[in-house]
Amino acid sequence: MTVGTYDRVPALETGGHAAPAASQLTRLWESKPGISGWLSTVDHKELGKRYLATAFIFLALGGIEALMMRLQLAQPNQHLLTPEQYNQLFSMHGITMIFLYAQPILSGFSVYLFPLILGTRDMAFPRMNAFSYWVYLAAGLFMYASFLVGAAPNDGWFNYVPFALKPYNPGPNMDFYALGMILLGISTTAGAANFLVTMLRTRAAGMSINRLPILTWGTTTTSVGILFSMPAVSLAFFMLWLDRQFGTHFFDSTARGQPLLWQHLFWMFAHPWVYIIVLPAMGIVSDALPIFCRRPLVGYTVVVLATIATMVMGFGVWLHHMFATGLPFLALSFFSGASFVITIPSAVAVFAWIATIWTGRPVITTAFLFFAGFISMFVIGGVSGVMTASVPADRQLTDTYFVVAHIHYVLIGINLFPVMGGLYVWFPKMTGRMLNERLGRWNFWMVFIGFNLAFLPMHWTGLAGMPRRIYTYPDGMGWGTVNMVTTVGSFVLALGVLLLLINVAISRRHGAVAGPNPWDGPTLEWTTPSPPPPYNFATMPAVASRHPLWEDRLEEGMGKSSLQRGMVLANGKEMLAVTPLDGLPDAILKMPEDSYSPLVATILMTAGFTGLLLHWWWFAGACVFLLLACLVVWLWPERTLGQIAGARHV
Amino acid sequence: MSDATIRPEALPVGSIGRKASGWWGMLTILMTEGALFAYLLFSYYYFAVQYGRGFLPDELPKFRLSLPDTIILLISSVFVWWGERGAKRGANLQLVFGLLGTLILGVVFVGVQLLEWRDKPFTIGSSSYASLYFTITGFHMAHVIAGLIMLSAVMVWSLLRYFDAERNSPVSIAAVYWHFVDIVWLIVFFTIYVTPRLW
Amino acid sequence: MRRHSVPMAMLGRLTLIAGCCGPAAARADVPMTYLRTFGGMKGLQITALTWGLLILSIVVVVITSALVLVGVLIRRSRAGAAEREPVSQTGSGVQWIYIGVGISTVVLAAAMVWNGYTIAAINSPPRDPRLTIEVRGHQWWWEVRYLSEDQSRIFETANEIHMPVGEPVRFKVSTADVIHSFWVPAIGDKIDLIPNQTNTTWLEAGRAGVYRGQCAEYCGGQHAHMGILLVAQEPADFEAWWRHQLTPVSSADLAVQEGQQQFVLHCGACHSIRGTRAGGRLGPDLSHLMSRRSLGAATLPNTIGHLSGWIADPQRVKPGNLMPTLDLSGPELASIRAFLEVQK
Repeated sequence: MTVGTYDRVPALETGGHAAPAASQLTRLWESKPGISGWLSTVDHKELGKRYLATAFIFLALGGIEALMMRLQLAQPNQHLLTPEQYNQLFSMHGITMIFLYAQPILSGFSVYLFPLILGTRDMAFPRMNAFSYWVYLAAGLFMYASFLVGAAPNDGWFNYVPFALKPYNPGPNMDFYALGMILLGISTTAGAANFLVTMLRTRAAGMSINRLPILTWGTTTTSVGILFSMPAVSLAFFMLWLDRQFGTHFFDSTARGQPLLWQHLFWMFAHPWVYIIVLPAMGIVSDALPIFCRRPLVGYTVVVLATIATMVMGFGVWLHHMFATGLPFLALSFFSGASFVITIPSAVAVFAWIATIWTGRPVITTAFLFFAGFISMFVIGGVSGVMTASVPADRQLTDTYFVVAHIHYVLIGINLFPVMGGLYVWFPKMTGRMLNERLGRWNFWMVFIGFNLAFLPMHWTGLAGMPRRIYTYPDGMGWGTVNMVTTVGSFVLALGVLLLLINVAISRRHGAVAGPNPWDGPTLEWTTPSPPPPYNFATMPAVASRHPLWEDRLEEGMGKSSLQRGMVLANGKEMLAVTPLDGLPDAILKMPEDSYSPLVATILMTAGFTGLLLHWWWFAGACVFLLLACLVVWLWPERTLGQIAGARHV
Repeated sequence: MSDATIRPEALPVGSIGRKASGWWGMLTILMTEGALFAYLLFSYYYFAVQYGRGFLPDELPKFRLSLPDTIILLISSVFVWWGERGAKRGANLQLVFGLLGTLILGVVFVGVQLLEWRDKPFTIGSSSYASLYFTITGFHMAHVIAGLIMLSAVMVWSLLRYFDAERNSPVSIAAVYWHFVDIVWLIVFFTIYVTPRLW
Repeated sequence: MRRHSVPMAMLGRLTLIAGCCGPAAARADVPMTYLRTFGGMKGLQITALTWGLLILSIVVVVITSALVLVGVLIRRSRAGAAEREPVSQTGSGVQWIYIGVGISTVVLAAAMVWNGYTIAAINSPPRDPRLTIEVRGHQWWWEVRYLSEDQSRIFETANEIHMPVGEPVRFKVSTADVIHSFWVPAIGDKIDLIPNQTNTTWLEAGRAGVYRGQCAEYCGGQHAHMGILLVAQEPADFEAWWRHQLTPVSSADLAVQEGQQQFVLHCGACHSIRGTRAGGRLGPDLSHLMSRRSLGAATLPNTIGHLSGWIADPQRVKPGNLMPTLDLSGPELASIRAFLEVQK
């Protein structure tokens, strides 16, 4: 093989985390202290924790919105909230939970964990990583600013037209939503691109495609899903904004617009989205449950295939949200059938987890309880989904509280439960302290009992005919008692979530000190100190199996991973790129320093969107111009990044 | 296999051709932007199916400007392809002239498109067709302009002699984007200018 | 006669039994449930499938939850901590997946077949409906129009719909503004009202009675108060009702005639009553208003007291609705009330 001009043979060192290069690597990789470091850091661990914290804040805000609605609905004919207040609350509750909590929380776990579980030092695009976070925060603030002017979105999270158009909604409510979602979409898309390239390129040597942790499969599959589905909703919101601002005729039925086009574009995005917000969480369980069952996951390969199949099929079922809109018979049959079939890959995962429990030795910890409970909640959410997959049944169930019960089982059951369990698993890695187990048990049981008390009876509420999105209901419908039960349950659930936040707050300072591997887990993140140093790995690990730390105890018949001796890659901020399928070393990547560009770009972009909201066209134009300049500066080739000809020994 | 992984041969350092992270990043951009145009065209076809012939304007969009414009864009792709070949051979002058040619033709494309817009008897708010026409071609034009900015930056960097035969990823990255914009235009052109004449 | 009507009828009886309590009591308790149906064969098929999937779902949940619970209890480690329980892999365990998914697929396939059959069965009525009713949604009331081949029999009403028992009725639904959804659970499934589109469905009432429905697609501020009352009647009663609706009310009482003038003056711009000069189309038709069981789209019971309260201040009952609060004086209100009182 010919040696290129810019090739280098990487030096090897021994010693793992005690390697001599450690202090040099610390100097190279650590962010500056203080506010300047905080604003310019590109350290994925810092960004991951920010995602988690911010998403939890939105969870709390969405939860408060829910509790206010539950108080209003606890009894018939109450007047705690006006119709307009209620309608804004139910809309923002959905928007907050589905867009500002459910996906970002999983991004938080993935941003934090990807480099660690893949055996590398950062994501493929560290500055874009920071950009994704800042834009997410900006979009959330942008949409919540609507509350400050009393004009929060009020047409539900799926925002059907014509009600979302100017004649019925003259205020800025929908403009906040439309522009805010386009802005958020940029963050989500950038994050997806980052995960995809990271998973394909920046891994430990020897980590072939069949040795990747399932969390990376879940997140990367959904990243591809995001890349293909996000434009549908961004386009829909852009068309809506144009209809509202400039009198275009995409959706307005008075001039031959097509209201159903909105529903098609929206659901072509939103159905894949619901898999996007659960598949990574399923990956969390697939990676963490085996730790507490003391054996590898049963059926790794079929679980990976099931993950991919679910995402792919997820693009082919969107019409099941529109069964009542008067579609032709063939369309109904096809999409109904597809919606049944998509259950099968999920069944693969469920039986994989059950089998892992039955063929392992489960150790009951708080994390394990969340994962075990999750399996049951998953099945409940799944079967209520099967019921709504049937066209005749769905045309009774849809738009009732039955669907609300279904979506909360899949959202809380398949997203929140793994998130909470995952926090118990990886909090020690992130902070060096264990979460309190006793408090954890209280946390779990209150969440489990409160959640089921609130939402299991809600299936009955829906079967009793209570429609969605009504700010009150009359006496004599048979809905009063069960609504009261749901309200009580929701408060118990909220207390349970509060207990988690208290546990986090206390344990950060007073929790038991955690070593590198408190659970005796099998994967690479458990080889680093807790918390990891800025550079993650002093010597790049080379892996020979899916479970490097369990190799000595399993008879997988593979080679032995090399965790103590590896490439040191310390001529600057460096890490390894590998070939996508086999994981063979392919290049030495030069990584960027901390930078203000992501933050500046975010501020300019948000300012531009604010200009559009306020109809300050010249201002918005100026922001776009400055943003382009900022991007050129950001992408300007640099010596230290190995982007300039002739620069060797960088 | 473990042996190879801890006793590596020489590895290229930094931004080398298709090993650069930026190349992979651009591929993800193409995935998502391609999807965007797919949804735009879906919207057009949805209207067409729902309304039939009534969806189209009385005067079908003409080839008089759009066909030459398409050819101009195709030729611009040849220029950037030629320029990229120069970059890979380390021929900086070929690279610069290739980029220049693409830039000039790209600007001409935008100019002709703007002329066509000006000559339309309808505005964006006239009808659903009009809204779709200007939005689809507008999105494409915005992508062309973004491509022109990228190519300008790459040309500046070429003139600053940042590139040689091995380190020239930005050239490939901008070039593949430009080819993408070209292919998208062919599909847009087919949809807007050709399909009305097929019914 | 459909060949499968006997098993379906048995299923229907089972459905009713499974629903427990007699139909009348059940309807009174939970008027909007669709676990019991009075929607003839179509309703029966939908309800049977819903019950079937519901029971299947419950069984699946119980089995899988038991698997998790029992698995945890039987297999759990006594070591007390993860790091003290040795790692061991006894077999791949993948047979669990094959067996579990295999069984699930068979069950799912059976459900899909039943689903497919039901979609086809309810797609069109067993015979061509003799009656077509047009329903047009407004924020937040229902405009109802009875069609007939005899032009003189076509008429409009609002919010309360009557239909004959025992025959399929065609419903053609549309909207005047935003998306709504027409839904009377005890009789049949939902159909959305989409702008620029007329959707067609069919319903059949199996038993006489009063059935409550509600708009089932969020349509703005008063979506919560857009109810429907569907009155199914024996054919003779239904015909009598129709004839009555066509007959204008007349009264020699001077107070009533004075009230009619006041009505036309203050209300006629938005409302219409057949046989008077009030022909407004912005609000519900009020012909034979007092023959209806409710006001404001099933929001208030139809008593004179409630009617007076509504006219005096509609915004208090349904804030944001499109009927403004008129500044009627006491005598004006009393006069209008006197007129409306006799619109039986």
